Amino acid sequence: MTDQPELTPLAPERPDDIVAVPVRRPGRWIAAFIVVACAASFIRFVIADSAMKWNVVGQYLFDPRVLDAVVRVIYLTALSMLIGVIIGVIVAVMRLSPNPILKSASWIYIYLFRGTPLLVQIAFWYNISALFPAPQHLIDIGIPFGPALIHPNANVLISVFVAALLGLSFNEGAYMAEIVRAGIISVPEGQSEAAASLGMSRLQIMRRIVLPQAMRVILPPTGNEFISMLKNTSLASTIAFAEIYFVTEDIAAVNFDVPQLLIVGCIWYLALTSVAYVGQYFLERKFGEGFSRAQQATMKERWLALGRGGGGAFR
Amino acid sequence: MTEVMVRAEGVHKRFGTNEVLKGITLTVNRGEVMCLLGPSGSGKSTFLRCINHLEKINSGRLTVDGELVGYREGSGKLYELHEREVSRKRQEIGMVFQQFNLFPHMTALDNVMLAPVQVLKRSRDETVQRARELLDRVGLGDKHDAYPLSLSGGQQQRVAIARALAMDPKLMLFDEPTSALDPELVGDVLDVMRDLAHSGMTMIVVTHEIGFAREAADTVVFMDGGVVVESGPPAQVLGAPKHERTRSFLSKVLQ
Repeated sequence: MTDQPELTPLAPERPDDIVAVPVRRPGRWIAAFIVVACAASFIRFVIADSAMKWNVVGQYLFDPRVLDAVVRVIYLTALSMLIGVIIGVIVAVMRLSPNPILKSASWIYIYLFRGTPLLVQIAFWYNISALFPAPQHLIDIGIPFGPALIHPNANVLISVFVAALLGLSFNEGAYMAEIVRAGIISVPEGQSEAAASLGMSRLQIMRRIVLPQAMRVILPPTGNEFISMLKNTSLASTIAFAEIYFVTEDIAAVNFDVPQLLIVGCIWYLALTSVAYVGQYFLERKFGEGFSRAQQATMKERWLALGRGGGGAFR
Repeated sequence: MTEVMVRAEGVHKRFGTNEVLKGITLTVNRGEVMCLLGPSGSGKSTFLRCINHLEKINSGRLTVDGELVGYREGSGKLYELHEREVSRKRQEIGMVFQQFNLFPHMTALDNVMLAPVQVLKRSRDETVQRARELLDRVGLGDKHDAYPLSLSGGQQQRVAIARALAMDPKLMLFDEPTSALDPELVGDVLDVMRDLAHSGMTMIVVTHEIGFAREAADTVVFMDGGVVVESGPPAQVLGAPKHERTRSFLSKVLQ
């Protein structure tokens, strides 16, 4: 640094803030009043006037039958989602493949499983044993047009749980395929070209370059799917799978406390979706690495920034 | 001793009915630096992409280090190479893109280490030191753990060069490496390329940087409309162009 005359600061003092009379906005006050009044009257109804027996809700919230059902819902959701995602990735890659047979097969899969109601699909899987000749209902599993290797009994193989699992995961696979495809095509062509020019194989490029970047696009709608899946497990009640709705209805059928037990179910569904939110937040953070210029703020930092006036919270 | 690294004979390339390369014939010797100049749409980038088989040529012959690109020759017939073989050949040819194409989900160091670890199956430990040296060499000693999107364009492009060099290529292809850069960042990238040229690397550079071509190139090739209009030492092509087309292009570029 050479000797230079001292620079005069450009803004030596901060000028006073403008003080002005704000515009009156009576509409805001009126709207807020209406909403608060409605909410208050609803809460008053629920707590004081209605016949809702909250003690019954408390009594059944941790009933062992309900807790068992919650565990089954977690199992069913996690397994169906896992299989759905695997099917989704495979079908999405098939749809993007240059092979016309694979391409049409994946299109037909998506067409069938997305185009028919989930409830009907679950019922279909539950009743599939009727398609295999009575009385034994054996399914031949082996080489197509060739020898069968095992012959399980369809009634035994397709239990209520398996029927629900097949219905949910095959349906999910169709939706996930479209989500994964959207993610894959969102990654610029140049990424694959750069990887190819380094000598990477197609599989390596997909696994190391394309899918990790596609995850940013795939995750938010997958979070949606996961939450839908949690709630859609209630459809398995129609085939007598003892999940939350089925079990609470079962209890209510005996003691007639129907609204209370529906509330019990809702509380558990909300608890499970809340957990899903947290999981989604951390996954998005992991796969967002490298994509924001400023290192991403943690949830805690955001709330603190909000408390300080929120200037930096939503940059 | 001159050894031919790249030889093109009557290379044609069509996209549908649009003929982009209409018979390119040229040779690049080992250790030579060739700059490809020409207006946009003249087929320079397409030709470069043919060399590592990112594009398939429609007719003609194209060889790298004596081996056909994308094909194997046997008993008078051409056999298409399996993808594995194409990938193996690409390992020996580094490419630098106009848009850098760094992998944004990895740090600079991981970008450089990826191919040696994944493709050459080297251990991370033996790769990491070499990767650090390469990043130091391109002047990014303090950016090893930075993610690409937090780097300037010039820094990203230098990481991209280091990434290509990590595979110890025998040939480097540069596709307009400075065209997407702010003017004040161009110099750093050109310095790295100049060093590389002095170290004896065989390079083919598609560029609009006439100054770089003048001082670093052994051969300058001027292309227009899918053909080579003229080629020769920079002093000749840039200093005393024979063709009117070359003269008018240079006068526009040098303005």
